[in-house]
Amino acid sequence: MSTEGTTAPARVRDRAQFGLCAALALVGLVVIWDATRIGAATSSNDPVGPRALPFIIGAALLLVSALYALDVFRGGVGEQEAGEDIELGHPADWKTVGMLAAAFLLNAVLMEPLGWVISGALLFAMAAFALGNRHHVRGLAIGLALSLITFYAFAIGLGVNLPAGILQGIL
Amino acid sequence: MDNISALLGGFADVITPVNLLIALLGVTVGTAVGVLPGIGPAMTVALLLPLTYGLPVEQSLILFGGIFYGGMYGGSTTSILLNTPGESASVVTALEGNKMAKTGRAAQALATSAIGSFVAGTIGTMLIVLVMPQVVDFAITLGSPEFLAIILVAFVGTAAILGSSRVRGFAALLMGITLGLVGTDFVTGQQRLTFGSPFLADNIDVIVIAVGIFAVGEALWVAAHLRRRAATVIPVGRPWLSRADWGRSWKPWLRGTALGFPFGAIPAGGAEIPTFMSYLTERRLSKHPEEFGKGAIEGVAGPEAANNASAAGTMVPLLALGLPTNATAAIIIAAFMSYGIEPGPLLLTKQPDLVWMLIASLFIGNFFLLVLNLPLAPTWAKLLRIPRPYLYAGILFFASMGAYAVQGQPFDLYLLLALGFIGFAMRRFGLPVLPLIVGAILGPLFERHLRRSLQTSGGDISGLVGGPVALVCYFIILGVLVWPLVARLRRGARGDDDDADHGGDDTPSGPVSTSTTHTWEGPGS
Repeated sequence: MSTEGTTAPARVRDRAQFGLCAALALVGLVVIWDATRIGAATSSNDPVGPRALPFIIGAALLLVSALYALDVFRGGVGEQEAGEDIELGHPADWKTVGMLAAAFLLNAVLMEPLGWVISGALLFAMAAFALGNRHHVRGLAIGLALSLITFYAFAIGLGVNLPAGILQGIL
Repeated sequence: MDNISALLGGFADVITPVNLLIALLGVTVGTAVGVLPGIGPAMTVALLLPLTYGLPVEQSLILFGGIFYGGMYGGSTTSILLNTPGESASVVTALEGNKMAKTGRAAQALATSAIGSFVAGTIGTMLIVLVMPQVVDFAITLGSPEFLAIILVAFVGTAAILGSSRVRGFAALLMGITLGLVGTDFVTGQQRLTFGSPFLADNIDVIVIAVGIFAVGEALWVAAHLRRRAATVIPVGRPWLSRADWGRSWKPWLRGTALGFPFGAIPAGGAEIPTFMSYLTERRLSKHPEEFGKGAIEGVAGPEAANNASAAGTMVPLLALGLPTNATAAIIIAAFMSYGIEPGPLLLTKQPDLVWMLIASLFIGNFFLLVLNLPLAPTWAKLLRIPRPYLYAGILFFASMGAYAVQGQPFDLYLLLALGFIGFAMRRFGLPVLPLIVGAILGPLFERHLRRSLQTSGGDISGLVGGPVALVCYFIILGVLVWPLVARLRRGARGDDDDADHGGDDTPSGPVSTSTTHTWEGPGS
């Protein structure tokens, strides 16, 4: 441990972890800043008030981010999650992730104006495309079938909240 | 015997044609979704939650009981037929199960896991009936300071014991508590961390958090590392067991149940430790130790029983204290809250019919599982071949539908994506997911008890240390936190990066095993 000062940087694995430490510290600061903004904190009925827990959690976040950074300096790495369909060992495929996120955002934007049947079908087709599906018609057909089934089963059958959008009155 | 008659009352409520059909539907859908690769039990329950929205509370619970056991079982089929399991509780099953499948004994592996799950689930549910009311009787005498201490044990337990790194566990826990802080303070009505957004003012729904972290996070993470060639699926016929297989399976089933149930019932228990212990036990006791590593049936029977028994054990703290001890339980609690049920010691006194009906439907779901899974195994195996683009597109589809349906706000979809990226980062950096969910669910409860305790004592700090129960809890917490330091001192100065790599293997065994013997004496005597 005494050699840490000189050799530790060489042992740091996975530098990106420092980014996470910084993010945790930032969240901690935001939580504390937000708590200072809250006025009229305590009363005889409520000696703790709404500010106490945010202060504690914010401080704890700062502490944990410091300990985390220390762990990274000592060569600590978190193990990336494995799984049935996951192949680790090559860099992350940001293009696919970006396309998925875009499909997801598009769905969020279109859901109320166009309705779930259309936006859901598009979400499915675009996400499947992003993940490597090249049968465009089939992807869209499955998406449309899924969104129609879920719309009829949930929105009409069970009374769950799903917007009909421009197809209001047709479905 | 009061409980038995109450349970029979529960059965009477469940056994109507419509309710049985609902239970059957729950088990079928739960298994089908749970079998899909990449979808563990927690995600199964989270994604299927919208199914229960339109139903009356009673039928929601029946459906839910079926989904819960179905999802649990589905995961083991995946790990037997398709090595490399996604969820940690099935890792051990895959060790021998996949070897068995490769040597042409997939049918026996599936059969011993189905029957073992049934045996363990039935005994486990029976133990719930025996143990849970006792825990409630005890818990009802506890005040806020005691609950505060118990919640702290759950916090420290999930953050420090599970997973391989404490600091990463605590980071996840604090993120969860922070998410739980967002919204309007329940006493003063002050807005916290809402940044002026009216959508954040009524708190972030725990279901949105769970679906975001589990489903969307998983889909994004898989998208970044998708295996381009599909893994090989082993074809399977109808599961069956020969007389010799029965002879080799029944003892591991019982031993697995005995290990699994108590671990499920303690915070930070989870299924990983008991399934692994069951595997080690069976390897030591087996008459065929040479078969281990090549497909020993005991190595599937024991861990599978342990896995299911621990799922049953989870229901004890969940129903009696409102404490989630694993990810699936956390989502069940979120679901209960969305039905307007508050799990905790008062539940059994206030709504005993509901509780007994839920338990009765667990028995029935468990039975349906056995009846369904033996003949349907070949069908489930076909589900494993689903093209991955459709699978993960489907997960995103159902995730956004479920999250939107909670409140009918597109805002929740943006939130869902943001939470999905948090889930992505957690998988990337090896932060455990469970502490985050536990923090988000128990954080608000923690604050409520904290403020109530200090209110009773008039702001005096001594109000936090209530009776002996609280003291015992703080003692356990101290033990869990200090133990690794002690262990490190004993081993000398050489263990400085064990925290990061694999320190989790040996350090927690001390506090965990002592508390198990503790819990286990209850149901045994």
